[in-house]
Formats: sequence, structure tokens, C-alpha cells
Amino acid sequence: MTAETRSRGSWKAEMTFPSRSEYSSVIEEYKSHGYEMCVDLCAVDYLGYEGRTLPVDVVPQRFEVVVNLLSLSSKSRARVRVQVPEDDPVLPSIIEIYPGVDAMEREAFDLMGIEFLGHPDLTRILMPEDWEGHPLRKDYGIGRVPIQFKEAPGPR
Amino acid sequence: MTEQSPTWSTGETSEGAQELESRSVTGSGELRREVGAVLRLPEGVSVDSNDIDVERRDDETMIINMGPQHPSTHGVLRLMLEVDGEVILRTKPVIGYLHTGMEKTAEELTYVQGATNVTRMDYLCPLSNELVFSLAVEELLGVDLPPRAVWIRMLMAELNRVSSHLMWMATNGMDLGSTSMMIYGFREREMVLSFFEKTTGLRMNHNYIRPGGVAADLPDGWQDDVEVICETVLARTYEYDELLTGQPIFRERTEAVGNLTAEEAVALSLTGPILRSTGVAWDLRKAMPYLAYDEVDFDVLVGKYGDNFDRYSIRLNEIRESIRIIRQVAEKMPDGDYRVADRKVTPPPRARIDESMEALIHHFKVFTEGFRVPEGEAYVAVESPRGELGCYLVSNGTSKPLRMHIRAPSFVNLQSLPLLLRGGLVADAVATTSSVDPVMGEVDR
Repeated sequence: MTAETRSRGSWKAEMTFPSRSEYSSVIEEYKSHGYEMCVDLCAVDYLGYEGRTLPVDVVPQRFEVVVNLLSLSSKSRARVRVQVPEDDPVLPSIIEIYPGVDAMEREAFDLMGIEFLGHPDLTRILMPEDWEGHPLRKDYGIGRVPIQFKEAPGPR
Repeated sequence: MTEQSPTWSTGETSEGAQELESRSVTGSGELRREVGAVLRLPEGVSVDSNDIDVERRDDETMIINMGPQHPSTHGVLRLMLEVDGEVILRTKPVIGYLHTGMEKTAEELTYVQGATNVTRMDYLCPLSNELVFSLAVEELLGVDLPPRAVWIRMLMAELNRVSSHLMWMATNGMDLGSTSMMIYGFREREMVLSFFEKTTGLRMNHNYIRPGGVAADLPDGWQDDVEVICETVLARTYEYDELLTGQPIFRERTEAVGNLTAEEAVALSLTGPILRSTGVAWDLRKAMPYLAYDEVDFDVLVGKYGDNFDRYSIRLNEIRESIRIIRQVAEKMPDGDYRVADRKVTPPPRARIDESMEALIHHFKVFTEGFRVPEGEAYVAVESPRGELGCYLVSNGTSKPLRMHIRAPSFVNLQSLPLLLRGGLVADAVATTSSVDPVMGEVDR
């Protein structure tokens, strides 16, 4: 590592692209290989951006759930990226493997509408309970405050 | 159950490996008991106490709400507590009262504007947020910073850690009934904020650390200002010792309250002082160094019992460690430019705009359209005063991020509350909530 790259830090992570059916077992395998902590889980909406680089055998889907794992013992990171189709945004919950994903899965459900099967309390966490829609989706309008322009006052 | 220390619970400090004396190493089934410890109730429903499936002596459990407008919940945090008399059984933290959709906003802002957005998340440590965002953008850009920018960032981040911990000392003191501590904490924090104002122009929400470096060089005579801060705050930490650390009432209130084991902390993805209080020597500055943290000498502080007192003393001593770092940074501060010379990323100096058409165009482009960031995704994490602050950034090649996700340490650490409060008293709930150090701006984003 040169001095320059060190100043930025080394953020290299082992990347895995499991299918939805392999997802839980891949996570479980990581856990047994010393990745003790699930640091982060978030969902990304790739609507309108088709050309992203993925391994050849991975079929890109609209949603992607990204799980960042951390190994405290070997000081390394791993990133698991699962493709989740738009018409069936369902993924098994990994709360039994990593109890810490509780709030993160709820957040991904709330803001992106990914359903995690097996989560004990999959309710909205940030938005109000009766909110409709999932705000972080790309097709969810950002909302604007309408501005009423008034005519300039005429000459008196 | 075997009495053995898990491999990750021992860590290297300057005094060698700090061995953790494990309490009972619990089995995996029991580790997940926090799943059953969390109150799973809809937020708006009135509860029939017979529906709650939990062991209780009489039909005396009731659900009470603490917050969201409660003077000691550190912002708008609402805790639904299931209490049996004075004893808390289950808890559900209800959040979202401060949710302003900052991750959505980030998708509408250019990378230049992005720092102004993230800095408003953790308002007690805004520079960490700017730092992690800038590092993520730089990771995608592949930009290398000049050394002075790196060291200025370190200086500011550590000063911010001092001010954030001072603020925590203040509020924690207040939650435990020590109003003097509140006044003292705010008084010392003000010194740091004055220096920030001098350097960045603002006391909070600085937008100082930007992709490509920092916004401005340090002001003249900054060494003296920093030394005064270091000297005063360091001396005052020993006054806090007198005021709180040795005080019997304070120790009664904090010792063996809100206990946590290392296994539970790791299982719940907790980071920062709350993880270190359980004996896990995990600090990203040491474990996975970024900036130039591997060139300065400091210790990672670990606790032993994972109780409120451990978290208090870790934060108090982290102030001292940060001051140690700040002094080394002030000594080693290199000369040179404080931002990269790449005009596609950083705007040209003001003087150049008058004489160069090229500079004017670059200035205009950077502030209107912003700069394009190569396609890709990156996860970058720094150690904020509250734990691992991560930024997951996805770029589609335009000047605005496709997705910016902030892994907020407070948001994740808040999950420990049901576990910490279980079996404790309502009166201690205030102190324990405080010891988790949630910043609601960051929790709700």
C-alpha cells in the first residue's frame, strides 16, 4: 500500500452475489467463517440505471439488498449483494443469524418496501405507521411545495 | 458452557493484549433472547395486558410511554416501556419523529452539495459525517489527498470527538442529577466550538470537510488555540473526576446498571464506546486505520463489565486520548495544499478566477453541475464518537449519487435499549438511555 492510498484508507471488501435462495446460507457461512458482526444492511433501487457492472452470471434486478459484514477477529469486511426483483420484493430475514439487523431490515422495509420473511416485527420504523408508499423508491415522487406566483401589482 | 474468551474479544493496545475476563459465555439460543426481550407492539394500539405473553407475578404490568417529549430522552425518542411496578420488562424504542428523508434528499443534491446534507445528521459530531461522505466520494473518484488535508481532517475530527464527548458528559450528568456537570460540559464544549467557528465559519453544520480536501486552511495561530483547548479540557477532565468519578452517589447510580456482555454487543451490531465497554477492543482508528491514524500514538480504551459506569469512563478517557492525538497532529502538521489540485473536483482559488477563463469555467461547473463521479459503489466507515459511521454510496456516473446510505451508529446502538433496560428500574432508564448516547438527528436521518 502506498502512502497515498493509505490516506484514503483501505475499504476493500470481499464481494459475493448470491441468488435469493442461496442468500441465507451464504450469510450463515460467513458467520461461521468469523464474520461476527453484520454492520449494515440497506436496499438500493436501480430503477432507470441498467448498465451497472455485475458478474456475468448475475441477472440484474430492480432492487438490490446490500449486507455489509465485519470480522472483528480478522479485521476484514465482506459485502453480500442480493438481487431482488420488482414484482416480488421478498427476501428471507437473517435476524436469526444476526439479531442486529432488526432495525436495519425494518428500515429497508419501510423506505424501500423489501419484505423480509421471518422478521418478528416488520413494521414501519421511520415513517408514520399509516404512511403509504416507500419513499426511497425511485418512482416515489420527491414532493414539492407548490408556489403560487402572484401577478405584479398594476399601476395605480 | 465453557469459560473461554472469544478470540475477537482480546485486542492489541499499547500495553499489549487486554484480556477480557469473560463472564459466562452464553449459548447461541440465549444470545438471541433479545428477540424476545423487545416489545413487539403496534405504536398506536391500546393494549390489553392479558395479551402480553410474559411471565409476571400479578396482573400488574402496564405499558407506559416515555417521550417523545421527555426532557431526558435526548431529542424526540419515545420508549414504550412495559413495567411491573418499578421494574422494566420489555421496551420498544419508537423512532422517526425527526425523520426528514435525508437519504432521499441526498439523491437530489450533487456531490458538492452533499456534505451540507450529511453534516446535519449527527449534529453533535458533524465533521465525522462530512468526513465519511467525503471519503466515500473520494474512494469512487480515486482521488488522493495532499497530506495537509489528511492531517487537518484528523485534527478537526478529534476536536469534534472531544466536543461530542463533552456534550455527552454534560447531558449524562444532567440525567443523573448533576446540573453542575451540565454547565461544565457545555462550557468546555464552547471552547471547541469557538475554534470551529474561527476555522469553518460555523459552530455546527460546518460543510468544512468536502470531497477533495477541506474548505479552508487553518487560521493563523491555530496551534495556540488548539493548545489552549487541549490544556484547559485536559485539566478540566480531572475536575470531572473529582465531581463524578469518585462520587459515591454517581457510582451507585451507574455501576452494574445497564449491563451488557461482549457477545450480546456483537450480536446486536453495536459499535463504539458501548461495544468497547464490554471489553472488545474494537476501534476503527486502530483496527482499520484511515486518514493517518496509524501514524499517531493512542490507546483503545476498553471496559470490563459493560455497565453505565464503564461507558462513562471510556468516554471520559477518550477525551484524554483525543487530546493526545490532537497534540501529535498539531506537532506533525505538514505544510502544503489543503485540497487536491484537481480542478475538476475542487473549485479554483478565488484569485485565479479574475485572471483565467479556464478557472472561471471550472468554478462555474463545480458549483452548478458539480463533478461527475465514476460508476461504482463503495462502503466507507469511520469511527465517530458513537461508533462505526458508514457511508454506502452508489454512483451511476452522473454528478448526483444514485443512492447514499448512512450507517448511523446511533440508529443501530439504539437496538440495545430493550436489553439494557430489561430488569432495571424506570429511574435508571433515563441514565441508561443516556449512556447509549443516541443522537436523534442521526437515528432518524
